[in-house]
Amino acid sequence: MAESTPPASNRLSLALATCWRILSDPAFAGAVARLRSGETLPGTPAPSRLHAAAPDAALQLLGLLQQEGRFIDFLEEDVAAYSDAEVGAATRVVHEGCRKALRQHFAIEAVRSEPEGTRVTLAEGFDASAVRLTGNVVGRAPFTGSLTHRGWRVTETRLPKVAAGHDLSILAPAEVEL
Amino acid sequence: MSEARYAVGVDLGTTHCALSYVDLASGKDDEIAQAMLRLPQLTAPGAVEELFLLPSFLYLPHPDEFAAGDLVLPWGSQPGMIVGEMARSVGAQTPIRLVSSAKSWLCHPGVDRRAAILPAAAPEDEVARLSPYDASVCYLRHLRDAWNHAHPNDDLAAQEVVVTVPASFDPAARELTAEAAKAVGFDRLVLLEEPQAALYSWIHESRGDWRNHVRVGDVILVIDVGGGTTDLSLIAVTEREGSLELTRVAVGDHILLGGDNMDLALAHVVKNKLTAEGKALDHWQVQALTHGCRHAKEVLLADGTVEAVPIVVPSRGSRLIGGSIRTELTHDEVARTLIDGFFPEVAADARPAARSRGALTRLGLPYAQDPAVTRHLAAFLGAQAGAIDDLPGFEPRRGGSFLQPTAVLFNGGVFKAGVLAERVLKVLNDWLATDGAPPVRVLAGADLDLAVARGAAYYGHVRRGGGVRIRGGTARAYYVGVESAMPAVPGLEPPIQALCLAPFGMEEGTEAGVPPQEFGLVVGEPVRFRFFGSAVRRDDPVGVLLDDWSPGELDELEEIEATLPADARMPGDVVPVRLRASVTEVGTLRLEAIPRSGSEHWKVELNVRSTAAQ
Repeated sequence: MAESTPPASNRLSLALATCWRILSDPAFAGAVARLRSGETLPGTPAPSRLHAAAPDAALQLLGLLQQEGRFIDFLEEDVAAYSDAEVGAATRVVHEGCRKALRQHFAIEAVRSEPEGTRVTLAEGFDASAVRLTGNVVGRAPFTGSLTHRGWRVTETRLPKVAAGHDLSILAPAEVEL
Repeated sequence: MSEARYAVGVDLGTTHCALSYVDLASGKDDEIAQAMLRLPQLTAPGAVEELFLLPSFLYLPHPDEFAAGDLVLPWGSQPGMIVGEMARSVGAQTPIRLVSSAKSWLCHPGVDRRAAILPAAAPEDEVARLSPYDASVCYLRHLRDAWNHAHPNDDLAAQEVVVTVPASFDPAARELTAEAAKAVGFDRLVLLEEPQAALYSWIHESRGDWRNHVRVGDVILVIDVGGGTTDLSLIAVTEREGSLELTRVAVGDHILLGGDNMDLALAHVVKNKLTAEGKALDHWQVQALTHGCRHAKEVLLADGTVEAVPIVVPSRGSRLIGGSIRTELTHDEVARTLIDGFFPEVAADARPAARSRGALTRLGLPYAQDPAVTRHLAAFLGAQAGAIDDLPGFEPRRGGSFLQPTAVLFNGGVFKAGVLAERVLKVLNDWLATDGAPPVRVLAGADLDLAVARGAAYYGHVRRGGGVRIRGGTARAYYVGVESAMPAVPGLEPPIQALCLAPFGMEEGTEAGVPPQEFGLVVGEPVRFRFFGSAVRRDDPVGVLLDDWSPGELDELEEIEATLPADARMPGDVVPVRLRASVTEVGTLRLEAIPRSGSEHWKVELNVRSTAAQ
């Protein structure tokens, strides 16, 4: 944010120039007065409500999936060249390993315990991030509909602790056998 | 010393360690608060996870092998070694730097247990080696640091610590274990046999209900098949002053046979199948295959209707699909290899086959030569046929050729496969039916992986008067070899007699009498004696001299050694001494040499160090 906080040397000339313009330009003077009273200027973006997720945990998870289930190897390989049987065989390695990694590091449960296909009723004030309405979304709660997907919720995360300075961008080190 | 707040149970296993604890202030008998400690350990370079089990593996990395900051534990780094899950996974690819099964080496009578001999496969001068004793110290230190990190105000040194050992451990291995525990600061230490710990855990888990599951006259057989060893014990239910009491009446031999052998056996079956198809596997692929077999085995044993489970041996390179080898493990193969190979249906008079070893075998662990757990079990029950004859409240045997247990407690990860436990039960019940005895009851409900640690912690509580205690004392009588006085005959070794020093069933903290026989010790020179143990001679008093014994009655243990310091004596003088045995409060055997006069006494070493190691 260098351009919005000018260094001290620049600020002196800014003060002098602004001083003259406040005296000569009434509209500008009004804007400065509003700024002084704490109002945000039109056009200044409000502080962002989005934030970038820290990449560490994502890299760590990718590393675990690769380590246990050869996840990156599998996705980076061109599957078009192989028959379904060959791809299927490799999938067992990926499935078994990734599942192990998943179960070891997360406790995952279904959001809704009912079997899929049953009619469920959502009372007013239901958690819209945990249950998504689809199809004929009209009217008011309570909503009644058919459960098409039970959803998944992580109830506990147990990712390994990382040593300070450890390079997480290495998902799998190259191996050299001596 | 301040009052201990916790009783801590440490399961120092051949393949895994675990730590459980009981808050001593938490309550009465049946509602005490117990927990397992999560053990932080490296699982990959730079990654630390908290797991309930610490694999008993130690990896000695090359200085260039890992980045400096990647081997950090929560309590700081341990330069030069990796303990736990990462040691196991990295060591699978570089076995020359991996120390595994250190506990089995600790009980190996053929090696100097304090000599730096591990990893056995390491090239000379390249890898700094450790002794089996050092390895035990490393595991205990890791457990201690994990505890102290989690309980900064309750140092482990101030807690009551119970460390478990196999019931079959010889006195020297017990002493080394106790010494290793003392070396990391466990000052309030006692040892407990693992099968007893499993039974304590069962008692605790039953929350007082155990009294309804056993009755006076019961003989409980504990079958503990872990990753590396099979440990057997018999515990009788007796009565004193109207309340139930437990007495451990017998323990089995040290059998190096466990779940790891079973996974390896399956991997070999599949490997041979692949070799027959012309697909050769390298070392790395066999590791991956063993891993795959373990998973397939669990599926097949859990569900009898599954015919076959595919196994994929992934390629080592980044091409996963192209380079993988696909095969399968069938139900038939598992049944043949595991159920019939390790748990065959044999008669009660079957005995393990002993194969004579080639003269040039490399020095290695004395693995069981017969993989059949049921044959080892038959041998144990046969040898202990008379174990309960003298116990009050027990009916005399009805002419059976083996001891007839009335209840069974399973322990060890192998029995997670219910099929294997069922097979053992079937074999056992067949033997009992042949003798006209009723079938055994199963004492269910213990956690197969964690029961030993939990039972050990509960025992810490019991020792303070908190519940029923298993009695029994030492499970062997001990003898020293005495050369009988007879004229030397060329080519004939003088016959040896065995002098009983410690009778069967010595309780902790007791001292045996001093037999009258004297031995001449040369001042300043170590003198060695042959040393024997017997798990079946229950009635020999101290001082009895045996001229001969039937095979299997006495087992020769490692030699013991006495050295008289040359303090106030002339080196080379011969001092007549007598030998006295005692069992310490910790639970280790102690032998002392006492001269005819004066109040001096000297310790007789059970762990004889080779001169090279000094």
